[in-house]
Amino acid sequence: MHYFIGNLGHLFVIISFVASLVTAFSYWKNFYSTNELSRQSWSFNGRIAFYIHTLAVLGIVTVLFTIIYRHYFEYHYAYSHSSRHLPGQYMVSCFWEGQEGSFLLWMFWQAVLGIIVIHTQRTWQAPVMIVFALVQAFLASMILGVVIPGLDFKIGSSPFILLRDAMNDPIFKTNPDFIPTDGRGLNPLLQNYWMVIHPPTLFLGFALTLPPFAFCIAGLWLKKYSEWIKPALPWTLVGGAILGLGILMGGYWAYETLSFGGYWNWDPVENAVYVPWIVLIAAIHVMMLTKSKGKGLRTSIILIITVFILVLYSTFLTRSGILGDASVHSFTDLGLSGQLLLYLLFFTVAAAALIIVRWKQLPADEKEISAYSSEFWIFIGATVLCLMGFQVLLPTSIPVYNKIIELFGGHSNLAPPANQVAFYSKFQLWFAVGVALVSGTAQFFWWTRMSKAKLKDLLVPALVTLILFAVVISIAKVYKPTYLVLTLAGVYLIVSNAKILLSTWKVNPSLSGGAIAHIGVALMLIGLMFSSGYSNVVSLNNSGLIVNKDMGTDFNRDNLLLFINEPKSMAGYDIEYRSENVEFRNKKGYVRKNDIEPTNDPYRVVATKDIVYQGKKMYSAKDTFEIYPENTFYEIEMRKNGKVAATLYPRIQINPSMGGFLASPDIKRNFDRDIYTHVSLTQNREEEPTWGKPEEVKIKIGQRFFINDYVSVLEEVKRIEKIDGVELTPEDVAVKARVRVEGEHEPFYAEPVFLIRNKTEVGRIPAEINDLGVRVLLANIHPQTGEFSLLCDARQKDWVVIKALEKPYINILWLGTGVLMIGFGLSAARSIKEFRK
Amino acid sequence: MKRTHIIAIAIIAIAIGIIIATAGDASTYVNFGQAHQMAAAGNNSQIHVVGQLKKDSAGHVVGLQNSADKLSFSFILVDDNHQEQNVFYPEPMPPDFLKSEKVVVVGGYQHDEFVANKILLKCPSKYQENKLKI
Repeated sequence: MHYFIGNLGHLFVIISFVASLVTAFSYWKNFYSTNELSRQSWSFNGRIAFYIHTLAVLGIVTVLFTIIYRHYFEYHYAYSHSSRHLPGQYMVSCFWEGQEGSFLLWMFWQAVLGIIVIHTQRTWQAPVMIVFALVQAFLASMILGVVIPGLDFKIGSSPFILLRDAMNDPIFKTNPDFIPTDGRGLNPLLQNYWMVIHPPTLFLGFALTLPPFAFCIAGLWLKKYSEWIKPALPWTLVGGAILGLGILMGGYWAYETLSFGGYWNWDPVENAVYVPWIVLIAAIHVMMLTKSKGKGLRTSIILIITVFILVLYSTFLTRSGILGDASVHSFTDLGLSGQLLLYLLFFTVAAAALIIVRWKQLPADEKEISAYSSEFWIFIGATVLCLMGFQVLLPTSIPVYNKIIELFGGHSNLAPPANQVAFYSKFQLWFAVGVALVSGTAQFFWWTRMSKAKLKDLLVPALVTLILFAVVISIAKVYKPTYLVLTLAGVYLIVSNAKILLSTWKVNPSLSGGAIAHIGVALMLIGLMFSSGYSNVVSLNNSGLIVNKDMGTDFNRDNLLLFINEPKSMAGYDIEYRSENVEFRNKKGYVRKNDIEPTNDPYRVVATKDIVYQGKKMYSAKDTFEIYPENTFYEIEMRKNGKVAATLYPRIQINPSMGGFLASPDIKRNFDRDIYTHVSLTQNREEEPTWGKPEEVKIKIGQRFFINDYVSVLEEVKRIEKIDGVELTPEDVAVKARVRVEGEHEPFYAEPVFLIRNKTEVGRIPAEINDLGVRVLLANIHPQTGEFSLLCDARQKDWVVIKALEKPYINILWLGTGVLMIGFGLSAARSIKEFRK
Repeated sequence: MKRTHIIAIAIIAIAIGIIIATAGDASTYVNFGQAHQMAAAGNNSQIHVVGQLKKDSAGHVVGLQNSADKLSFSFILVDDNHQEQNVFYPEPMPPDFLKSEKVVVVGGYQHDEFVANKILLKCPSKYQENKLKI
């Protein structure tokens, strides 16, 4: 039992909590001290306290990681998120699989940002750090794990609780020092490199919404109403980029790992990060306007505070368990709902009160704005973005409404929309059109002084847009009216921003961030439309079987049953299921299950023949090597005109402790389309197969015959000295037949054994060829005629049910993401440079 | 009227439109009796029904029918009012189906059979597990 390390971790948690409160207090004293000397010493105290807080957070991280990495399974966190066989790089993912670890990650980033604030800000340091310290205190309280004596009230859930305290297993009564030999392991869906980088990116994005909020609150407090924008803007821009990147990484992970057929499912958990990001984008635009033209200060303040509150709200939604029935992958309830609600309400009420108190003093814009001014277009754009977020937020909060109605004794049976994807898409599509049109136009008004007379300058881009639009729709064959509108808006956004880009690039390339980012957005919209709107099920069933006689066949038959080695045609490919595979542990690649034999250790196997993968010899016959037994990869070969175009390996993990059956797709990436395949059903290996009626053949050596329509030949029959390593006595007689069966792709050998023990007892050991689903038994030997009787029977061949989708032009989406990030990078670099001046 | 007022009115109109559309598209949790009445009244909206699989006294799931090609199946769901209903699902059986404690079907009646477009399963979670695997 390693008690010390857990106690140390817990101590660090308490230190981090107390230090953050001390930070807030010290900066508060600094702020209200009249005497210059005590101001300085309180500010020094505040800095030291925040450094101690940061070191304590680093300490918690180190301790928790050590517990996971060293496999201290006496701790609940290590036991429930890790295991001995987990590959090293995924140990990192164990860290944030649990809620406590993800709170920790969030705290870590905010601590880092706090240190940067301390070193870059002088005038703003005290008020900004008070807000930082309070947020950190709330987060630290979530992992505090302290029970208030007498009240039986627990604050926070500690990541350092022992297994025996977390579980009521009877073994701890008899043996309190019991330590399990292995942990439960990491959810296989999280064993993916995107899950190593997606959560840190997302939480850095969340953390980056804090500095703008803190600066805004500080500005309101100090009555420096518009000065806060300049130091806050670089944070906001970087935050917009990182949060956007984090969300897209999550989408990409879902595309590669989950088997719902896409990258975005409008699940409440996804919506909970999408809404703050959309509002953050609106905030960035209005803040830029406030900074350069002095307009829209009130809107900037409201938006930046809303973003932070929305981050807290989404934290509440995903972690309180309130989504329970509505979401497939929200965190489970740790009993923190009360604390989370307090966290949300504290900052909401405090920020709202501050705005209300200061509202009258905030400089307002003049009442009437001209449609030829850039602020008009930016406001319209920000409004569209906010409505876009509102439309998602409203239905996502349905479980919250039900809860509130229940609290007041009512009953509500409201459920989220039945088809989430169709529901959200039909609204978001039109908002996207609005965003594209407005942001395309706003760019002109931003860079040039517009007037009625200058409107004719827009003629050329309009013309170019139309020509390009015609080219795109005729090449890509877009006919659906809504998609035509979206394509037109997207093309317009590209053309108008390309025009701006050409002129800004000549003047100063560092000004082109906005235009590049907008082109990225346009590419993303077009890519989204094609890859989702024109996503096709290509595994349409054409077997002609009537599924259910009462129902008719008017159902979408989206899945395809593939028997082993029987090709079917799909999306212009011949597709064939070839084998079940497992993954090498020490090399990259897969080995067929039929080519290996198990040992006592499930992670080690023996090769029954030379193992070749992609034309390369990996192991020789009889070699013992290591594999990952948990995952089965189904080898699906796709051929075009007789040539192998791709071999896909969609994955299945049967893992009872993680909820059973987990499927991950494999994707064939082409330049213009992805073909995405996942396994939707496999055969139950535990069930005994039903064998057909055995057929007897009487043949001589070298004679050809048929086993279940496969050409076969009896090659030889020879005497053997031992069976399965067991030596035979001199009286025993054993012979082994070697039957060659020509499979579709390669020959297989069946070696049934015929045995006479103690002169009278006859034994027969059948041989099965798994790939072909046939079994051969050496039934009798006829020495007089030199003939042998073979009993052959067949079962249903191995099969797998797959679903395959086609995602056209998905690469435009990924390209657009890259372009957007470049644009963000340029803008952020420029605003940081301006801040330094 | 000033332009800002017109815009403000437009925003409010869109927001109200969104609220109405959401209320209209939101589904409801009902039981089979209510669902049947809705279908009989010509209401074909998609609804959620929560229930459990029908089991015999030994705890085995009964009434399960797999199609020959394994690509669809039907089962008997018992709702919270203990009403039984045959449910058809035109997709392969979800692998954890038989282990689920609670099944939520999203769909509607077609003739006398309930056709599910989506099945949500509530499985005994690993977090609720209080036993060690040794």
